[in-house]
Amino acid sequence: MRIGPKLNDHAEFRRFRSGELAFRAVVFFSAATVPLIMVGILWELFRNSRLSLAKFGIGFLTSSVWNPVTEQFGALSGIFGTGVSALVAMILAVPLGLIIALFLVELAPPRMSAFFGGAIELLAAVPSIIYGMWGLFVFAPFMADHVQPFLGDTLGFLPLFKGPPLGIGMLTAGIILALMVLPYISSVTRDVFRMVPIVVKESAYGVGATNWEVTRGVTIRYALRGVVGAGFLGLGRALGETMAVTFVIGNSHRISASLFASANSISSTLANEFTEASDPVYLSSLIELGLVLFLITIIFQIAAQIWLWSIKKKLAV
Amino acid sequence: MTSRLIQRATPRLSRYFGLAVVLLASCLTLVAVGAETIHGAGATFPYPLYSQWAYKYNQITGMELNYQSIGSGGGIQQIKARTVDFGASDAPLESKELDESGLIQFPMVIGGVVPVIQVAGIESGTLRLDGNVLARIFLGKITKWNDPAIMSLNTELSLPDKDITVVHRADGSGTTWIFTKYLAAVSEDWKQKVGADKAVSWPVGIGGKGNEGVSAYVSRIDGSIGYVEFAYALQNRLVHVVLKNHDDKFVSPTTESFMAAAANADWKNAPGFYLVLVNQPGADSWPITGASFVLIHREQVDAGKLSAMLEFFDWCFKHGKQIASDLNYVPMPNNVVDLVEVLWHDQLRASGKSLWR
Repeated sequence: MRIGPKLNDHAEFRRFRSGELAFRAVVFFSAATVPLIMVGILWELFRNSRLSLAKFGIGFLTSSVWNPVTEQFGALSGIFGTGVSALVAMILAVPLGLIIALFLVELAPPRMSAFFGGAIELLAAVPSIIYGMWGLFVFAPFMADHVQPFLGDTLGFLPLFKGPPLGIGMLTAGIILALMVLPYISSVTRDVFRMVPIVVKESAYGVGATNWEVTRGVTIRYALRGVVGAGFLGLGRALGETMAVTFVIGNSHRISASLFASANSISSTLANEFTEASDPVYLSSLIELGLVLFLITIIFQIAAQIWLWSIKKKLAV
Repeated sequence: MTSRLIQRATPRLSRYFGLAVVLLASCLTLVAVGAETIHGAGATFPYPLYSQWAYKYNQITGMELNYQSIGSGGGIQQIKARTVDFGASDAPLESKELDESGLIQFPMVIGGVVPVIQVAGIESGTLRLDGNVLARIFLGKITKWNDPAIMSLNTELSLPDKDITVVHRADGSGTTWIFTKYLAAVSEDWKQKVGADKAVSWPVGIGGKGNEGVSAYVSRIDGSIGYVEFAYALQNRLVHVVLKNHDDKFVSPTTESFMAAAANADWKNAPGFYLVLVNQPGADSWPITGASFVLIHREQVDAGKLSAMLEFFDWCFKHGKQIASDLNYVPMPNNVVDLVEVLWHDQLRASGKSLWR
């Protein structure tokens, strides 16, 4: 039985003495802390939401009642708000991010590309509470005075655009989320587009393809996995974003078909109500909300991995 | 063998220098810790006042106050866990809960809630409302400004045919607690349907985050009504209403009307100073008044710290009145301060001895 490295063998001796094993151990344990912390968080969330898990069971996910006085809580309005605001953000940000990345990589001269690229990435550096305050004091009035009346007049027959133009609500929150998520999508997509082999693109240009044909047939096919990955990165941010959403979403625990209506997201509910909650069932329900959000994010990450894997199989690139 | 490598690698002087720096830094931190520091945590409402009081007191005596405004819920949890010296809560605890945790509570400063509106053509202090009408507005039963119920109280005003947009608080807060307690006191319907708490299930309306969120929404949305902390209404010059109080008089929200509500309240017979100051008797009393409370443990271990804390609170009561008024808070009236200090003398013990005169 051998304990420790066999120091007779010179190669093993070198590995041990040159710090190879120490290096590997440090790297492994550092990497292992990440899943450990995740499991720890999941454990704590379960442990602290036991009270409300026992009281409400699965009904917590299907009820939209949120009444601290009678101690009836339900996550449905939060899940709906989180989902819809993230969806609105994705619908706006993914195409826009793609187009911006295409412009920066294919069409813009190098210096303009660097300048605009830097400017877009600055959007990511703005703290989210600044987005919230800007949204509340500048953007919401703009929405209320110009955008929402216009949408109400032209598309008001749709249930999506009914209701008084208050300026705050699901649509405003979705648009601000789109602005916050845009730099992530566009910068990752830009890097992915740059990684497309130049040889393949030039061969396409060489046989007479136009910019659009090269983009559609070559660049996007190569970059699709990266683009989907960038989209899910943005989605992860949109699902969890707190302060910007809290200021402009209107914070009402009601589900409405209209984008003009106020709603609430899970993170905005937590940000608003956690500090003042002192009742055990209330606190436990809030933590269960956090658990629900955590699980939603995990599910989306798994879905992203499955989708990416299936694209790889289909496109074989 | 590695230590010999280090020895050969670093010159002797720099090794001793590093050690000296570490020793000096630790000495300095010890000196800083040595000064008396009181730790408190809790309500956000009185935070600006407590920090101003602490600053002035520190200039006089050198005692430091470290107050974390994490919210009433957090303050209650921290004082129960004995991680802070005092907790602060906008909503008082009931006697049962106080006795269970061995705490005493006393009111430190008065605040209150003012309904604010934004209606074209209505100036500050001209719209008259009473509790019943206010409750029906917030229940969604009265939906237009020119509803007969509102018009009957305001015969000389011309009210527009506009929808009422209700603005309430999205976050849990003592302001909501006071406001909903008032609505529950004046409207049986509200009490049954909604109730009173730091956060409630609002029948109608949009939620703003914090007093600043509510004021932002009210100031922008025409035809809106909301409620904010008194200091907020004053400093942001929002359009306030005139309310009918318990004695059927219409009063405006001023420092005097808040103090009248507090002075006329029956503190003596309130166990643990648990008194909801809404709808108090008195011709000048503002009906939506409340106090912010401080919680400390009945049995203290550190007599010196307890004395220092009580001296600070006493200074705030006696000498901090002007500071409070400058910041638009309402200081406790003297008769209540006397009752509070009697409580300190009777109830607080450090190692079995009463500390307060």
